[in-house]
Amino acid sequence: MATEALRAPATTPVRPPRRRRGGVRGNENVAGWLFVAPVIVILGLFLLLPILMALWVSLTDWNGQGSPFTGDVPFVGGKNYSRLFTEDGLDRRDFMTSIRNNMYYVGIVVPVQTVLALGLALVVNNRMLKGKGFFRSAFYFPSVTSSVAISVVFLFLFANSGAVNKLLGLLGVDGPEWFADSRGVLHLLFGAVGVDTPPGALTSGGPFGLTWWDWLAGPSVAMVSIISLVIWTTSGTFMLMFLAALQNVPVALDEASTLDGASRWQRFRHVTLPLIKPTTFLVLTLGLIGSWQVFDQVYVMSQGDPAKTTLTPAYLSYRTAFRDFDYGAGAAISFVLFLIIILLTLLQRRVMADRDEPRRARWWRRRVPEGS
Amino acid sequence: MAVLTDRPAAPVARRADRGPRARVNRILGYAVLIAFGLVFLYPFVIQLGNSLKTEPDAAANPLSPIPDPLTLAGFERIFAGTNFPLWLGNSLLVTVLVTLGRVFFDSLAGYALARLRFRGRAGLFAAVIAVMAVPGVVLLIPKFLVLKQLGLYDSYAGLVVPLLADAAGVFIMKQFFESVPVSVEEAARIDGAGVFRTFWSVVLPMARPALITLTILSFQGSWNEFPHSLVSVQDPDLFTLPRGLADLVSGSLGKGTQYPLKLGAALLATIPVAVLFVIFQRYFVRGANEGADKG
Repeated sequence: MATEALRAPATTPVRPPRRRRGGVRGNENVAGWLFVAPVIVILGLFLLLPILMALWVSLTDWNGQGSPFTGDVPFVGGKNYSRLFTEDGLDRRDFMTSIRNNMYYVGIVVPVQTVLALGLALVVNNRMLKGKGFFRSAFYFPSVTSSVAISVVFLFLFANSGAVNKLLGLLGVDGPEWFADSRGVLHLLFGAVGVDTPPGALTSGGPFGLTWWDWLAGPSVAMVSIISLVIWTTSGTFMLMFLAALQNVPVALDEASTLDGASRWQRFRHVTLPLIKPTTFLVLTLGLIGSWQVFDQVYVMSQGDPAKTTLTPAYLSYRTAFRDFDYGAGAAISFVLFLIIILLTLLQRRVMADRDEPRRARWWRRRVPEGS
Repeated sequence: MAVLTDRPAAPVARRADRGPRARVNRILGYAVLIAFGLVFLYPFVIQLGNSLKTEPDAAANPLSPIPDPLTLAGFERIFAGTNFPLWLGNSLLVTVLVTLGRVFFDSLAGYALARLRFRGRAGLFAAVIAVMAVPGVVLLIPKFLVLKQLGLYDSYAGLVVPLLADAAGVFIMKQFFESVPVSVEEAARIDGAGVFRTFWSVVLPMARPALITLTILSFQGSWNEFPHSLVSVQDPDLFTLPRGLADLVSGSLGKGTQYPLKLGAALLATIPVAVLFVIFQRYFVRGANEGADKG
């Protein structure tokens, strides 16, 4: 169908004089738009239009019955948003809990996967080792598999008497009931240093309807298993990105600094790291964007349980709309999440740009005269 | 690429290879590689082993990769007791259609954005970049709304059509077409070939590497796609593999263990992408070697 439409301008004889005046590029205006038309229609219809529709729904009280675009649906203005931020209640508590959970999740996943990916890339890039191709593939393979299928495997690994606990047992550690354990890791650490009961100052109040003690819970034990799964599946992709960057680092530069007497750490810190900075920035940004979107794993492994400690904004938005039929609130959560992701991207981009420029300039100023 | 950078470094590398310190470093390097190799691959070994076990065996010895006794009961139940064949068929259909659509539409748009001069091109490209930044997971409710409104909810069309084009694919193709020399297509155009003909029979055949990349990405993406099927269908007859698997684990069959069955089903769902992955790796290694030979 599309093919016929596209062929039309090229083959149907338009008025000859006009065609000649335009020359070879005469019909490019029409052809250009026809070529991009399918993509515009699909992305416009299933990406831009739905965002606008959801924006409207987030301002209504639609419960999924009938069309949300008729006069029957009550318009509530910003109420769905204020329920998330200013009105004390279950909605705000759930939303803030999901934000807390995801903050701890991001706080662990992004640094760990970045460092692990860089470390693996450095080892795989080592000239002296053989069989690197195999290991590169092995590290990358989990990244290409289905998130749902992998979640099924990790459910088995982290089962109460599963492989992980068997392994911990071999080391003499009594593993937890991973997916039933809602205790926060930070709370457990506080407990380990003797703070078992929360100090009164932390339980009496706190921002956005959660007590300070709740905010300081850390990721729950259940969340830790999801965190390990995600680090395991994403590190490989980021390793490939670092690897490509490392292979572009001129060997001569490394050799020159070795001759200058730089230690291995100094070479890494002052030669390699500045040169792969754009990739580090890319990996951090993609990690940040991706880890605020965690959904599949939560859906398959925990559905937000236990005690809402694996609830994330993405999953909460789904659950609010499709399980509680509160589409307005669900859409509002989506938009807040959208905003978080965009803001973080912009913020990080600015921070990296500010830090990047002066340091690189300094690096060259210091290095170039010495070397020549 | 690896080969290219390795070659000039060889003499220096040999010098650095000597000495006991280098040997310690190498042993450490291999230790790290093997340790992480196990971390990244052993879960799949466990998955395969346990899918061939009896239920009590899988529950008692989850860490062992060797089934004792070996049984195909789990796999028999996958085909007899679940809708697995149906999910497989749906997944194949959706994946093939989505891959064909993406490869065709994304290359058309990529070519236009790279080569054709038309009014609004710069703005369109900026829009493509902007769309790439839209996080997919915030589109769950929006997509559901538009599919309902268009009457596509709970249909094959709803599963397929919204995925037929993607901004990232357009971007990849545009980057590639920009690297192709203009002279070839200009010759074709001067010979009187129309825009589509030039694109179809001159430019596209030269784009094989980019087309293969896009095919792989689209296949993998749509085969593994889960959230979209969650909000576009609810009829169990329209479930794709990831949706069926998720249902198997958390839905109607409940949280009962049945680990051999679940692991087996997850394994079968992983195989096509695993096969593709092996071919894809070879393809890139071959490409790198060809580049090194020329250089």
